[in-house]
Amino acid sequence: MSTATSKAAAPRFALSGDVMQTLYRVLAVVLLCLMLTALSDVFLTANNILNVLRQTALLFLLASGLTLVILTAGLDLSIGANVALSGCLAASVMTLTGSPLLGVATGIACGTVIGLANGVLVTTLRIPSFIASYGMMWMLTGITYYYMAGETIHGFPPGFRQLGSGHLLSIPMPVYVMVLFLAIGALFAQRTIWGQQIYAIGANPVAARLSGVPVERRLVLVYTMSGAMAGLASLIILARINSAQGDIGEELTLPAIAAVLVGGASLFGGSGTVAGTLIGALLLTLVLNGMNLLQINSSWQPLATGIIILLAVWIDTRTRRVGE
Amino acid sequence: MSTLSLVTAPLARVPGVAIALIALCAVFAVTSPGFATPANITNILTQSTILLLLALPMTLIIMTEGLDLSIGAVLTFASIVLAITAVTTGSPTLAFLAALAVGLFFGLANGVLIAVFDIPPFITTLGTLGIAQGLSLVVTDGQSVVGIPRSIEAIYSGAVVGIPLPVILAALAYALTHTLLYHTHFGTYVFALGGNREALKVAGISVRGMLIRAYIFGGLMAGFAALLMTARLNSAHPTAGIGMEFDAIAAVAVGGTSFERGNGWLLGTLLGVMTVGVLRNGLNLLAVPSSAQVACIGALVIIALFIDGLRGEQ
Repeated sequence: MSTATSKAAAPRFALSGDVMQTLYRVLAVVLLCLMLTALSDVFLTANNILNVLRQTALLFLLASGLTLVILTAGLDLSIGANVALSGCLAASVMTLTGSPLLGVATGIACGTVIGLANGVLVTTLRIPSFIASYGMMWMLTGITYYYMAGETIHGFPPGFRQLGSGHLLSIPMPVYVMVLFLAIGALFAQRTIWGQQIYAIGANPVAARLSGVPVERRLVLVYTMSGAMAGLASLIILARINSAQGDIGEELTLPAIAAVLVGGASLFGGSGTVAGTLIGALLLTLVLNGMNLLQINSSWQPLATGIIILLAVWIDTRTRRVGE
Repeated sequence: MSTLSLVTAPLARVPGVAIALIALCAVFAVTSPGFATPANITNILTQSTILLLLALPMTLIIMTEGLDLSIGAVLTFASIVLAITAVTTGSPTLAFLAALAVGLFFGLANGVLIAVFDIPPFITTLGTLGIAQGLSLVVTDGQSVVGIPRSIEAIYSGAVVGIPLPVILAALAYALTHTLLYHTHFGTYVFALGGNREALKVAGISVRGMLIRAYIFGGLMAGFAALLMTARLNSAHPTAGIGMEFDAIAAVAVGGTSFERGNGWLLGTLLGVMTVGVLRNGLNLLAVPSSAQVACIGALVIIALFIDGLRGEQ
């Protein structure tokens, strides 16, 4: 219990507490893998493992930006809708111009602009983040469906498709993208002044402001980064499935939130790590993959994700109460 | 911001939602010949009833500084349970009770998770949204439930002395909510939950009990709305009520209930529901696709919250 106490009191300095929390999660991953190996013949095949890694990579990219938002005690419910609009715009630019580079630029720019808009709603207009991003989610969904009018865009240049379905040394490309952003995200959050300011805002916004942290600008930054990551994730999805439809982002927001919370970030801000979110994304992917392998109807997936979110937050609030 | 508040100070005394509603009606009356006809106005009123049934408890819940994102998914699941019970037993009464039971269960679950387990409302109800939506898909396997007894359909299409039955039911629900909010101790505590929670605790009132009741009220009203929705569609479908919570939240926000300070106004919610109903109806008449309507309502919410934020600064 002493580790939990020190963790709640000073998340940054209680290394042993953080290490223990990470160990629990790694243990859960190992147990889940053992269980799935015992239950399914397919689980421990190279194909399935690569598939799990590819799915984890996608979920992690979305969840890593969201982690920064949740670190500030905010929430971004618009990431799934952001993926849909960014992906569809990128797809139509790519098929119109035939240039993968322009398509990639469009997707990331669109995601970034949406994130920036969320940031402005939350800071300048002072709308609570969950309701601002919720309104944004419906607005984006409406725009995407209107723009696509039920059409599907497919057939992208082979060079672009490498981003989602290519391999290097028989490891899927998205895994490399994931490792790259894990390194960038972890370095940014733990080793830069801006990263530390983000933790400070989440732990105590008033204290952060009084000690000179430009709270508004950092908040705009985290929402913008979350939007940019959604734009990037949309490109990986396009490259993987080689088509774009209005509903590509529909079932991504809940799993991304679940991955961040299972990864140990607190909804109340100030604690959590990008690396933790990677473990969270892996755990969630294993659960969903396991449900697939055990041939459980995919209708159960939102239900399972909902229960996982509630459990993760409940454990977090309990740990905090012990800390107090 | 001081110059801005100078401009908004006189405006704050006029209910913004009334201005918005009149302006929208005027615009649609001019642009669309079919809008200002008795048949269409009856149509708007009837179509707004389901939304009103969700927006009334949503007002109370938002006044407690809470939120219920699950209400649309609970409505859907209750409608499916209602339809299945009606088809298998043939009894509309039993079916309605089953829908209310579903609402009661989810309302109680939301309330307990929020009040006893201290999980923030938006994440609690996001989780139960996933659960209710998942259950709807699992139970129906993605298919519609059809073959509902005629007596249920009559609830939506019937009329008493020329007034559509759903409008009468919605008026009763409004009167009930009004009495609850303005003429009972529970209502007084709802105001206090948003504005002054500490005072409630000092007075020895069970904050948890009051919160749980507010969410149970939401669940029960979703079960009630399920009756109207099933009767309207003459079937139940696992995606029928998806996104209804958004229209309800939009109506409450446009109606001037604050998300942060617990100030609520039930008549404002009624006007907000009418505004959303008129907007959707008018855009339909102008043949604007429903996807663009959703984008318009999203914009409406953000504008309403912006105005609310400006008022909060005074």
